[in-house]
Amino acid sequence: MDIVIIVIKIVLALVWFLVLTLYLTWLERKESAVIQDRIGANRANIWKLRVLGLFQPFADAIKMIFKEDFVPPFANKFLHTLAPFLSFFFVAITICAVPFGDTLRLGGRAINLQVLDLNAGLLFMLAMLSLAVYGIILSGWASRNRFTLLGGMRGAAQLISYEVALGLSLIGIIMVFPSLSLQTIVRFQGENLFGFIPKWGVLLQPLGFVVFFFAALAETKRVPFDMPEGESEIIGFFTEYGGLKWGLFMMTDFMEIIIVSALLTTLFFGGWQVPWLAADGFHWPWGGVWTLPHGIVILLQLASFNLKIIFFCWLQILIRWTYPRFRYDQVMNMGWKLLIPLSLVNIVGTGVVMGFLK
Amino acid sequence: MIKALGDFLEIIKGGLITARHFVTNMWFHTLKVLGFKTGRKGAVTIQYPEEKKELAARHRSLHRLLRREDGQPRCVSCLLCVTVCPSECILVEPTEDPDPEIQKVPVKFTIDISRCCFCGFCVEACPEDAIRMDTGKIEIAQYRRQDLIYSLDRLLK
Repeated sequence: MDIVIIVIKIVLALVWFLVLTLYLTWLERKESAVIQDRIGANRANIWKLRVLGLFQPFADAIKMIFKEDFVPPFANKFLHTLAPFLSFFFVAITICAVPFGDTLRLGGRAINLQVLDLNAGLLFMLAMLSLAVYGIILSGWASRNRFTLLGGMRGAAQLISYEVALGLSLIGIIMVFPSLSLQTIVRFQGENLFGFIPKWGVLLQPLGFVVFFFAALAETKRVPFDMPEGESEIIGFFTEYGGLKWGLFMMTDFMEIIIVSALLTTLFFGGWQVPWLAADGFHWPWGGVWTLPHGIVILLQLASFNLKIIFFCWLQILIRWTYPRFRYDQVMNMGWKLLIPLSLVNIVGTGVVMGFLK
Repeated sequence: MIKALGDFLEIIKGGLITARHFVTNMWFHTLKVLGFKTGRKGAVTIQYPEEKKELAARHRSLHRLLRREDGQPRCVSCLLCVTVCPSECILVEPTEDPDPEIQKVPVKFTIDISRCCFCGFCVEACPEDAIRMDTGKIEIAQYRRQDLIYSLDRLLK
């Protein structure tokens, strides 16, 4: 029975992840269109039924499946094929550490709404996200094309410049919520500061949040930080890819947006916590308890988690369609000279404040 | 340090500009979906095959030939349009008209639209106001080149 529950959890989490990824492409098109006073893709239809272009992701998928699976004759066939799957796999697997909700009690069972409650879930996520760059380096190298190689090398250089800041900015969070398990970190954020402000990570670690947000934007490798891709100069690491393999790289991009949003939500915005909602209902700060049944509480938590994730996806797409891209050396400067010192300051500051409060 | 903070504020301002566009446009889109009448649209897009842009009064579209009151074409085959045409797409073959006032009429008046550059010189050159470009037809694409050669009958329609 436990195995069945785990399989169901894996399937549900993957379906949630992939459906959100598909519709993130739709959101990207529509949001960029609305920002630029356009309408966006709205022609895909099934029997003249358009519903705001919601079928567009399926049309894209069908197009990509039926395209030729082309491997250039000069490329290393095995590695060229392996690269997109590698980068896809390492991002897709991170979903297993994301906590979707509190413990669900169903028929005398306690089901943790998280695929795998790793006691070092945070480290697992960071490790998998940095492994995803291997797919990019590999694709750049295996294509045996100068521009893809440049893209892959830039991916590696960008990785070491932001990954350090990404890890260091989270040390503050680990100091404040003394755990590496994401579910435990979310539970800590259910408490209140001074009795009425939700104890969310962003209020305890504002500087850590800013550094993490910038480093995470660099992690997704999208426009302000699109060094490996560089659409306007080198076409990037997937120049020699087409069809579904290229689609996998694209999906990896969008999945990284979701994972970064999930991490931001989980670490800094209370994960599935709704302000003042405890396991038995709302405990209003002005006194009084509004009791709710268990199922409603769990649904509220799931809705809160999803809304927060969608908000951060929206914010990242907004950033992608607002700012011009950084130059290669500017990203390096920002990573090494701004983000890493700031994250070190954050660690020292957090330590000093915690020492005084003790 | 102060300059860097100022730059950071400018960056945030830029984000707020796009966010403002998003919010106002979404507001008008939502009002439209809910069926409210608004003075403004959420997007400047004209959804082409369904909605068409109104052409300007002086817009140069597909040619037409005009008729006299008795139904004959107004053209007197003076060949001014053939002379002035920069893409040499007009072919006029004249014949004699019994009316001594008119003298010549075209038996053939062919315009090869696939070569026409829609400059409108033929309209300006015509002394009889026999050719005009005011049909408002702009969707004149065809699958075969043959179908783009407009004969006298088609132009008189």
